[in-house]
Amino acid sequence: MNVQDLIKSYGHKTVVNEVSFEVPKGKVLSLIGPNGAGKSTVMGMISRLIARDAGVIQFEGEDLSKWKSKELAKHLAILTQHNNVQMKLTVRELVSFGRFPYSGSRLTDEDHDMVDKAIAYMELEDFEDRYIDELSGGQRQRAYIAMVIAQDTDYVLLDEPTNNLDIYHASNLMRMARRLCDELGKTVILVLHEINYAAFYSDYICAFLNGKIAKFGPVEEVMTRENLKEIYNVDFEILNINGRPLTIYY
Amino acid sequence: MIQKLHSKSRLSTVILAALLAILSVLSLFVGATEIHISSLLSGGMELKIFLLARIPRLLAILCTGIGMSVAGLIMQQLCMNKFVSPTTGATIQSAQFGIALAMVFFPTMGLWVRTLFAFALAVAGTLAFVFFIQRIQVKDTVLVPLVGIMFGNIIGGVTNFISWQWEINQQLNTYFSGSFALIIQGNYELVYLVVPLVILAFLYANHFNIVGMGQDFSKNLGVNYNLILLLGLSIASVITASVIVIVGQISYIGLIVPNLVALFKGDKIRGTLLDTALFGALFVLICDILARSIIIPYEIPIELIVGIVGSVIFIAMLMYKLKHGKKAIRPGRHGRHHRHGHHHRHGHHRHHGHHKEAAGDA
Repeated sequence: MNVQDLIKSYGHKTVVNEVSFEVPKGKVLSLIGPNGAGKSTVMGMISRLIARDAGVIQFEGEDLSKWKSKELAKHLAILTQHNNVQMKLTVRELVSFGRFPYSGSRLTDEDHDMVDKAIAYMELEDFEDRYIDELSGGQRQRAYIAMVIAQDTDYVLLDEPTNNLDIYHASNLMRMARRLCDELGKTVILVLHEINYAAFYSDYICAFLNGKIAKFGPVEEVMTRENLKEIYNVDFEILNINGRPLTIYY
Repeated sequence: MIQKLHSKSRLSTVILAALLAILSVLSLFVGATEIHISSLLSGGMELKIFLLARIPRLLAILCTGIGMSVAGLIMQQLCMNKFVSPTTGATIQSAQFGIALAMVFFPTMGLWVRTLFAFALAVAGTLAFVFFIQRIQVKDTVLVPLVGIMFGNIIGGVTNFISWQWEINQQLNTYFSGSFALIIQGNYELVYLVVPLVILAFLYANHFNIVGMGQDFSKNLGVNYNLILLLGLSIASVITASVIVIVGQISYIGLIVPNLVALFKGDKIRGTLLDTALFGALFVLICDILARSIIIPYEIPIELIVGIVGSVIFIAMLMYKLKHGKKAIRPGRHGRHHRHGHHHRHGHHRHHGHHKEAAGDA
């Protein structure tokens, strides 16, 4: 996926201004930055949830807007935090919707296999007949990810997936994102607020500031005191834990 | 915890179907004129009443019950709100407004013009309401139907004004208090339109579920959110309007029936539609049997009975949600509250979940 000169304005305010980058295939990329820096808007545009004002998004060699929505759903999955949480669907019913782009309402045996595998992969077997509105936030998030796995896309985009999760479930979820990349070979793009999750679990970081890309590169390159000071305007200490740069700020 | 076993889910359908079949047959023999099976076989007056009035009445009841409950189910799913229905979403009032307009502008034209006006206005009114609540982002579960009731009352007020101004209130009255008393062969067949529309709804059931999960969710799966929303609301509106035109206003069915069924069967439309339809038909049938047996040989308008029973259940539902359903009242962003409250009530499940997750990560 290649993004060129992306622009988005709301009224007079330009929230994304000439953003260009290349998504490294088969890696975990995290979009970080302060509130209003444009990271979520960029995520919205590359996942076709938000229309762009200008710029080009090349996806698998073709302009994203030329893709048929249903066809794109087989290659790119996006999970946001704006889902209806009251729906009384069982975990299995939810995960089965992941096969919708392939088979519509008539699931084949192969589809059911994929659903079984996705449920097993997320270790949701014990919950599969439970309604999603009865699950804890962490369990529900896992059910959504199982759906995305059943959707069987090369690209998985997660918009602030750790929001509203406690530390235990949030770190679990980040480990899952890592596994999607390492074990299933997917390209994972995340929007994250917590920079240590970004630092510990991703390969690349794209840092936004005022609608532009402030830094883009491998985690080690981006995670320096100077860079973080520039982006967040806060003093950071960088530690090295398990060979990964982690930050302390206060 | 409700474990959804397949045998159990089919059992409810079988029971509902059996009950409906028994009561349907019974209903054919309830009415001012006593009819015995023996006299049917000999033909004559009884057979005529049977064929011209009793059977059409039964079919109209079934179509009404099925149609109104399925219309409610679709509206609740698409609007992500359990309290939206033809009654609380301005659909019924808009259809009546359409009929009033047709009477004023085309007084000499018959049923078809009224029907078309009812269809058009029902769709327009419902879409306007849904657009409005989406636009101002009413998130409060209980506030949405209240806005709908107010919206409906405004439209109802205009209809009222028109009906007095043009002196059509007598004529219009039949479209307000629904009754099956006047159903005879030849004047009710339009209500059959419910059948193909319900089948269409079944075919698009999964689409409606997906749209009910939200706009982002729909786009992710390649479903055209606005198109499906339009299709679903149109189906629900046209079903409602065709019932209004033939039977008159039957309130609350679309509100109560889908909710009661969903309590036991969940929200997956493919799994609930049949039960919702059967239960809706059963509900209307029982109310109608009551309506014609309480003051036999006279009849109470069924709307009166449905209205009383329905409003009581509706208030009970509201109270229940207000008391227990924190999660239902504050969706989306406020999920934290929901989970919190939930854990208190289902502590053991959470515990279970933790064990599982811990085991998985070890």
